[in-house]
Amino acid sequence: MTSLRIFFIGGAISFRALFGWLTPAIYIPTMILTPIFQIIFFAYIGRAAGGRSDEFYVIGNALQYAAVPCLFAMASTIADERFWQTLGPILISPARRLPLFLGRALPVIVNGLLTCAVSLLVGGLLLGVHFPGRVWVTLVPVLLAATFSCTGLGLITAAIGLRVRETAVLSNVFIGLLLVFCGANVPLDDLPGAMSSISRVLPLTHAIEAARDVAAGASLGSVDSLLGREVLIGVVYSALGFGLIRFLEQQSRRLATLERV
Amino acid sequence: MQTVKLLAFGWALHFKMLSQSAFDGFLAILWPLFFATVAFFIYRHGSKEAALAPVALGAAVMGVWTATSVSASSALQRERRLGTLELLVAAPTNLAFVLLPVTLATSTIGLYCIVATLLWARFLFGIHVPIAHPFPFALGILGVVLTIGALGFVMAVVFVRSRRAWAMGALTEFPVWLLCGFLVPISLLPEWTRPLSWALGPTWGMRAIHASAFGGTPWADLAGCYALAIGYVAVGGLLLGRMIDAARRQATLSLT
Repeated sequence: MTSLRIFFIGGAISFRALFGWLTPAIYIPTMILTPIFQIIFFAYIGRAAGGRSDEFYVIGNALQYAAVPCLFAMASTIADERFWQTLGPILISPARRLPLFLGRALPVIVNGLLTCAVSLLVGGLLLGVHFPGRVWVTLVPVLLAATFSCTGLGLITAAIGLRVRETAVLSNVFIGLLLVFCGANVPLDDLPGAMSSISRVLPLTHAIEAARDVAAGASLGSVDSLLGREVLIGVVYSALGFGLIRFLEQQSRRLATLERV
Repeated sequence: MQTVKLLAFGWALHFKMLSQSAFDGFLAILWPLFFATVAFFIYRHGSKEAALAPVALGAAVMGVWTATSVSASSALQRERRLGTLELLVAAPTNLAFVLLPVTLATSTIGLYCIVATLLWARFLFGIHVPIAHPFPFALGILGVVLTIGALGFVMAVVFVRSRRAWAMGALTEFPVWLLCGFLVPISLLPEWTRPLSWALGPTWGMRAIHASAFGGTPWADLAGCYALAIGYVAVGGLLLGRMIDAARRQATLSLT
């Protein structure tokens, strides 16, 4: 019961306290307007280059932007605790680490899902891309899988936040890499072989492919292998992130680097 | 003379400080490279090889705006957070001459982006950018840096009352990239956006750079770019005086 309380209530409180972007003055520009501008930007590049359809860029960029809330919010769960010097009291508490850190991921996933959905809806409306209601229903698990796997990667950046100060830079670098590699704007077939191989083990790649298939009329059952791989990638990244948190927590105690800001 | 010294010293000091910052230095150079890479792939896939050289130039200039938008918008916010804004306002020097070098230094960081992106395009994508007229090309680059720095100055002033200025600055990144025609010809954008594009100095700077590189006539565009830079400084200076007076009257200068 205590673990459940830490997972749900602790996670929600942590998100509200640490994700400084929740204020409307930041949330609206960063979580609602910027992804829409990103979609329009790449859709116009696609038009200028004679590339893919607008739908291709709407789906790719709406899902890719999930990386922003997921990576930044997860990183803040450690980096901001450290900045406010509250990380020490948390780490000496007897709370189990699994619900403590994974609980912090749950609101991040929900927020990522919301960001994706709004970007898809508004970006699509502005560019004349219409998704029928049936597609929306099928897209929900796809978006969930995308935000889950991104949050897994976010857990890794959060762990690195135990050692480095520049988590904002690190998160931006990961977001940029995902932009290039995950097929949001460039189909994997158009990437050099080595790059497309890397794409296959990154979050978002399979979810974006699944979302495009669903938008083209595929059922959830026909994209289940893509979804399965996306979730698996999320599980692997989450496990790596959690392991890294435990390892760096021990290291920071040993090296007395926990509160070095 | 003292004003020139102040501007030069302020610019050098802030340029050094920004160069030490991972966010303002390293990331400002790296971030546009991600977008440039994607743009190169999209144009290459679209079989528009001929467009790659102009796209490389546009992607290079994009970085100047990236380096400036967030840092310049939050320049006064940063001083406020550090507790130095009151000291700067109280100093006998005109605050505009203190703030302008800060935003010019941020746009100067963009020069690194220009070099990095052009090298990236050359060595990773084999894109050769010809420079038909080197002198106006150099004036175009300088003009873009100045006009973006001046535009950043206006943004810093406009957002002086906002505690979230960085978010507003970040919000302008994609719209300015689009409106200035860095990667997409302005003619492809909706008609109603045209006046917005013309009001942006980087639009004219980009046109001048393209014309210089590919053998056109850049002088009128260069004149537009520099004129808008001067206009931005004038508007920013006027606004700054009013903003600071209002902040003093309402005791909101140190609002944190």
